[in-house]
Amino acid sequence: MDYFLTEEQKMIQELAYQIAKEKIRPVKGELDEGEEFPWEIMKVLAQSDLFGLYIPEEFGGMGGGIFENCLAIEQLARECIGIATSFAASGLGAYPILLHGSTELKQEYLPQIASGERLAAFGLTESGAGSDVSGIQTTAVKDGNHYVLNGTKQWITNGGESEIYSVLAITDRTKGPRGATFFVLEKGDPGFSFGKKEKKLGIRASATRELVFQDCRIHKDRIIGREGTGFIAAMKTFDKSRPGIAALGVGLSQGALDISAEYARKRVQFGKPIISFQAIQHKLADMATKTEASRALVYSTARYMDTEPSDSSKVAAMCKLFAGDVAMQVSTEAVQILGGYGYMQDYPVEKMMRDAKILQIYEGTNEIQRNIIGQEVNKEYGRKKDTFF
Amino acid sequence: MHIAVCIKQVPDTKNVRIDPDTHTLVRQGVESIVNPFDLFAVEAALRLKDAKGAKITVITMGPPQAGEALRDVMSRGVDEAVLLSDRAFAGSDTWATSTTLAAAIRKMGDVDLILCGKQAIDGDTAQVGPEMATLLDIPYATFVKAIDILDTNHLKVARQTDEGAEVWKIPTPCLLTVIKEVGEPRLPSLRHKMRAKKAQIPTWGIADLGLEPESVGLSGSFTQVVRVFSPPVRDDRVILEGSVSEQVEQLYKLLKEAKVPGI
Repeated sequence: MDYFLTEEQKMIQELAYQIAKEKIRPVKGELDEGEEFPWEIMKVLAQSDLFGLYIPEEFGGMGGGIFENCLAIEQLARECIGIATSFAASGLGAYPILLHGSTELKQEYLPQIASGERLAAFGLTESGAGSDVSGIQTTAVKDGNHYVLNGTKQWITNGGESEIYSVLAITDRTKGPRGATFFVLEKGDPGFSFGKKEKKLGIRASATRELVFQDCRIHKDRIIGREGTGFIAAMKTFDKSRPGIAALGVGLSQGALDISAEYARKRVQFGKPIISFQAIQHKLADMATKTEASRALVYSTARYMDTEPSDSSKVAAMCKLFAGDVAMQVSTEAVQILGGYGYMQDYPVEKMMRDAKILQIYEGTNEIQRNIIGQEVNKEYGRKKDTFF
Repeated sequence: MHIAVCIKQVPDTKNVRIDPDTHTLVRQGVESIVNPFDLFAVEAALRLKDAKGAKITVITMGPPQAGEALRDVMSRGVDEAVLLSDRAFAGSDTWATSTTLAAAIRKMGDVDLILCGKQAIDGDTAQVGPEMATLLDIPYATFVKAIDILDTNHLKVARQTDEGAEVWKIPTPCLLTVIKEVGEPRLPSLRHKMRAKKAQIPTWGIADLGLEPESVGLSGSFTQVVRVFSPPVRDDRVILEGSVSEQVEQLYKLLKEAKVPGI
């Protein structure tokens, strides 16, 4: 379908897909198998200017928005969401700085992130704080002009590989939600180290590690925004980043559909290509319909969010929820269409199915997305004057 | 340093078919690409630029649609492009092509280094580079796999030959044809892609180059392609089976039966 993209947006799509096809396709299996971080691809993406799509030109970026970033993520995700996640996670790490950082922090870190010279990461999750962000135990205690961090972050995407980290820590537990603060941490800061690399079901090319803080002393200039604004910054970051996660889902669904449709046209059983059987056709019809629907939702959400609306949480959650669920459904059906071949590692769809599962879990589980949507719906209808009863 | 890179737009040979009746290339629906070997020349130029700074101009001779090939390499970081296009250039063989490209290099005036791919995947002649150097009366080296700048007037280049590698000191201006070992061609960047899209690419015709009509195109060509054909499929082949020594024995017998000289 024609989404009336600008010349520039079409170029982003074209370039990202060229990278996916020429650089990612030949190595994705090997990187998945070896659980190897895709540094070569990160270098290609850096040289291509794609890391800076959503960063303003004054900070070395391309001056686009969430939509442009989503277009690139979608194309990369057609081949591998493990690699595309490594790319997108740098943006997640950059958003707190971009949204709330001081001019100095922006000037220092955003150009490095935009050029891809250094990757960023986002450190929020802990062993006791997943869906319930208020369970965070990592503390940052003020000591003169410095803060001393102690605690452990868990399952941090790009952990150990990135050099710039946006980390959420409790600065004043008595203030509840107003007691958390984001800090910029750099790989190499004394007292900041990494735990072991996790072994995962899918997105195995992406790196997931613990961030460990032991009396890690950093200057107060590294605070993102003001002390106590951490939770708000986290929620606003997720609103910005969720369409990107949804775009991973759209790309993965499209990739799975492409392979399934080609396979179904070529695979002959009972003397006919299996696409001639209604059972297969209906599967492909559902896959194509859901993929297009999730793309339409993600594109319109991303475009809307680039207008800086005040009510973005609901739509951001909707597209993350829908595109993630669709990717899981479509990749599962792709394995079914390919049958025994689909289950084999020599064919690309089993990896897609393993990879897709994370889309329903990270950046807020899809259950949390439903909570957000449900609460927003409740608030919205609470304000309505019009009544049916 | 001013580097000129000569490229050619060729049909994507992965998808080429020969019409069985006319024995000509079926060009309909075949995508045009930049000759893959020329992308190595572009990469070699970009690496010299990255290391020491340089201005890179890419040139090609072809119909107006060859401008797309120029924009492709500009999107990878080449600074400028020139299209050599004129009806008079049609039907050029390698000599007429070299004559035209050499005239463009002369017109540019300040070129220190000319880079070409080792050959084009459609014609496979590998002649245009050396012919250009001869016409321009400058030194050249073929099958180059590494280039270093020695001083303001000399390059150090490594050539790959069948016998081994040779290292040459070569004065500039000179021409080099390169092989894939110079480095994997980089992909476009978004900024360069946007610049390439908007770039005004000058077109130089026969008058701009100061060439005579009889020296270019079909009339300036020493050779003409009179027929293109697929070699007939031979069905008289024998596939030998068994262990190596058994196969050698059978081969010897067959060669003897065929009265091959020396057997």
